Amino acid sequence: MAEYTLKLRRYDPQSGEAPYYEEYRVDLEPHRSVLEAILMVKNEQDGSVGIRCSCRAAICGSCGVRINGRPGLACHTHLDKAANTGVNSDGTTILVEPMGNMPVIKDLIVDMDAVHWKKIQRVTPWLINKEPVPEREYIVPHENMVDVTQSMACIQCGACVSDCLSMEVDPLFVGPAASAKAYRFVGDPRDAEQFERLKDLAEDPHGIFDCTHCFTCIDACPKGVAPMSQIMRLRRITTNDHHIVDRNNGERHERAFTSLIRGYGLLHEAELLPRSYGGDSWFGKFHPAAGQELLSSLPVVVKGLMRGKMSPKLALLGHRIPSRDLKAVQAIFETVESKDRRYELNLYITGYEDGDEDVGVPAAVAAGDDGMPSAPGPDPHQPTSASESESA
Amino acid sequence: MPAHDVLIIGAGLAGQRAALAAADAGASVAILSKVHPVRSHSVAAAGGINAALNPEDSWESHAYDTVKGSDYLGDQDAIEIMCRAAPDEILWLEHAGVTFHRSDTGHLGTRAFGGASAARTYYVADITGQAILHVLYEQLMKHHERVDRYEEWFTTTLLQDEDGNCIGCVARDIRTGTLEVFNAKSVILASGGAGQAFKPTTNALICTGDGIAQAYRIGAPLMDMEMIQYHPTTLAENGFLITEGARGEGAHLYNAQGERFMEKYAPNKLELASRDVVSRAEQTEINEGRGFPDGTIALDITRVPRKRTLEALREIVNIGKDFAGVDITREPIHIKPGMHYIMGGVKTDFDGQTPIPGLYAAGEVACVSVHGGNRLGANSLLDTLIFGRRSGEHAAQRARGVAMPKAPTSVLADAQGEIDEILNRGTDPARPGRRVSEIKNELGETMNRYVAVYRDEAGLATAREIVQRLKAEAPSAAIDDKGTVFNQDVLAAIELGYMLDVAESIVMAAQERRESRGAQFRTDFPERNDEDWLHHITVSLNGDGPALGTAPVTITKWQPQARTY
Repeated sequence: MAEYTLKLRRYDPQSGEAPYYEEYRVDLEPHRSVLEAILMVKNEQDGSVGIRCSCRAAICGSCGVRINGRPGLACHTHLDKAANTGVNSDGTTILVEPMGNMPVIKDLIVDMDAVHWKKIQRVTPWLINKEPVPEREYIVPHENMVDVTQSMACIQCGACVSDCLSMEVDPLFVGPAASAKAYRFVGDPRDAEQFERLKDLAEDPHGIFDCTHCFTCIDACPKGVAPMSQIMRLRRITTNDHHIVDRNNGERHERAFTSLIRGYGLLHEAELLPRSYGGDSWFGKFHPAAGQELLSSLPVVVKGLMRGKMSPKLALLGHRIPSRDLKAVQAIFETVESKDRRYELNLYITGYEDGDEDVGVPAAVAAGDDGMPSAPGPDPHQPTSASESESA
Repeated sequence: MPAHDVLIIGAGLAGQRAALAAADAGASVAILSKVHPVRSHSVAAAGGINAALNPEDSWESHAYDTVKGSDYLGDQDAIEIMCRAAPDEILWLEHAGVTFHRSDTGHLGTRAFGGASAARTYYVADITGQAILHVLYEQLMKHHERVDRYEEWFTTTLLQDEDGNCIGCVARDIRTGTLEVFNAKSVILASGGAGQAFKPTTNALICTGDGIAQAYRIGAPLMDMEMIQYHPTTLAENGFLITEGARGEGAHLYNAQGERFMEKYAPNKLELASRDVVSRAEQTEINEGRGFPDGTIALDITRVPRKRTLEALREIVNIGKDFAGVDITREPIHIKPGMHYIMGGVKTDFDGQTPIPGLYAAGEVACVSVHGGNRLGANSLLDTLIFGRRSGEHAAQRARGVAMPKAPTSVLADAQGEIDEILNRGTDPARPGRRVSEIKNELGETMNRYVAVYRDEAGLATAREIVQRLKAEAPSAAIDDKGTVFNQDVLAAIELGYMLDVAESIVMAAQERRESRGAQFRTDFPERNDEDWLHHITVSLNGDGPALGTAPVTITKWQPQARTY
């Protein structure tokens, strides 16, 4: 047994008072969950503490909260781990607050309808059947079904939504959970509207290209859904397979990144903007939109120069790395591009047979050239690099 | 005041399936649930759903396995309906978008399951219930114009007119505390089981027997209530479920002496015998001192190829890691039998109709009875979907011939009075009352001690005494929260009353059945006795107290035989 102090953020909408913190002491074994501690408080000390909960086993998705500042499920977080991570890590105090990015109803209960479920509804969250619907089942590769199982494993707990940084800046951003839901249809070979779904989500200024690639949702997800990975996969299928040009210019921006890295080994910031609009061609620099954006970013450029974050030389010539290193970088491009299929991360597919010790690394499922993730290549069990590869 | 042709209470698989079917049949539909639909306990169903869909398989074989699994207490006409309809239901789900895992040829894949003579369990990794539940919710979102959803509404009472027809319910909006009358031409209960009357249980905190008790309180008979399923593989410490899919994929059970003891109890089916058989075998090993010191058995999943485990049993890999500190791909995990499912429930016919006109029930809340004395693994999802659909269709059809009822507004005042009574408890310091959670705990521990795998008259009599004392204590149980917004305390007090009604009927039926059949094993009557007990036991409210009755078992093709695996 160990003694913990649960510091709960309380809010009673009927009281007319601001939220406040209340501390409770609980005696529980360190491997018990934060939810068990809260339920102990509810049962023995104060039944008015509000928290949604049901299954206690990380499957119903009810008890999403912030624990010491980090989003997660209360039932899925051990007391000792909770007390030693995050903002209050003194080993005994556990701060529990409602999730972010959503209005609070009472105590630890947030209004998921107002944010989370609205966004889910935004992505046309049902299968649009390919016609004709077969008399029996659709015949589809096992790998595809295992592949979409990763996003199907989402329990709609909202932990990723809670701490999504892009959503904090742009509350209209479709967000990680809804994007993962979208992948569940985009990756499903039975769905008839892959292109339409992707075009819709790419052209929406608050769509998939609004994600800033910060990894917070991957960290937050208690089920390994890795929402950001699903967003990146949506983007790759959008750009590489469907060549959809999005309103955020995300596709060309991504291309500019890869072409610069290939050319210089490091990012060449001054080139990024023109290339994002005009492509690799030299004349691209004179693309009107590039000029416009350059003009509007001038204050930032000037600030950067004044603070020494860049020099005129770097801005004009870009970074240089030794040619041996540059060759090594380019070799990575060659290796990746020589594969006839794109490899994608997937939790449910390990790519390893028994006996391999190094199985902590999730491996890959390949996406076919037709844009439809399809069966892995000739040797699906070949251990592959865990890093997501870009086929430019 | 909302008014619909069909009102569905509960939004798990049975409720959502009923809603979609009723809407398809042209009815206006409301679905109401005390939690958001995807939080329903159907989400926890792991292993899969049975259907004889392969050409080599047959519905007769599925039905026979189910009848045998039920220890001949299942009604064979209802079982036949369920097993015949199963393949089409799987295809319906597949077309609706369920991501069933495939075989190498891209057709629907199957895994083996307990008590089945063929591999006929269709699955999505080990999150089958979750996958189906979320896909049905996708369909509800798609059909939002035809199905009104009332999410986080708590039903306090069912309503009847002077002729005894069920005409709706009173429910409390949990977010605001507002009470509302829901009028409906037909009402379908789909509110699930009552596992929280036991402690520990694999069931979620929301499984408090609400619908069973609500129906019972307006006179609907309950049936097969003594039949409580103890699942063979639950975690020792907290009762969490380890799916039967693990054994389906090839895991073995060992006692502390390293013996694969199922060889003694079920030489043919071994670990894949019926759940009652495996649970009893484990309990015998434990009781006779061959279990581990913490009263457990070892489940060895390391035999299953690691890649397969990570792909198809991902959820229990996580549960092992997160809740037991065990890597199940490398070492055995300790388990024991734990309360899992109630075969009994509100008595219905195979269209879901209860004897109360206008009231239907489907899923775990109901007893058709397709599970009889013991439910086969992966038959519960099937039960919810088939009888959910049939209830929805029939309720919609019934609604066509009925005028929209209108409950008197006085019912609202009555319901508010009951809630106010709870809120005002504990104001007299001389009579503080026990805490709701304390009474609930004592109930759960009592049931798990005396009404478990092995039972006898002395233990059941003790349980009955305790339950009756708790029933007397419950009305004065005090609560802390006096607010109206998300007052979970008030709901817990109401749920306690539901659980106590359900527990009482379970104990009474178990006392009454003086034989051993299916999940009911009486050490004082260890044999099955078809001559005296091949019938259902019913419990219904008579005046103020419960009264026992019987109902015949329907036998069509399969005469009772000795049951070995």
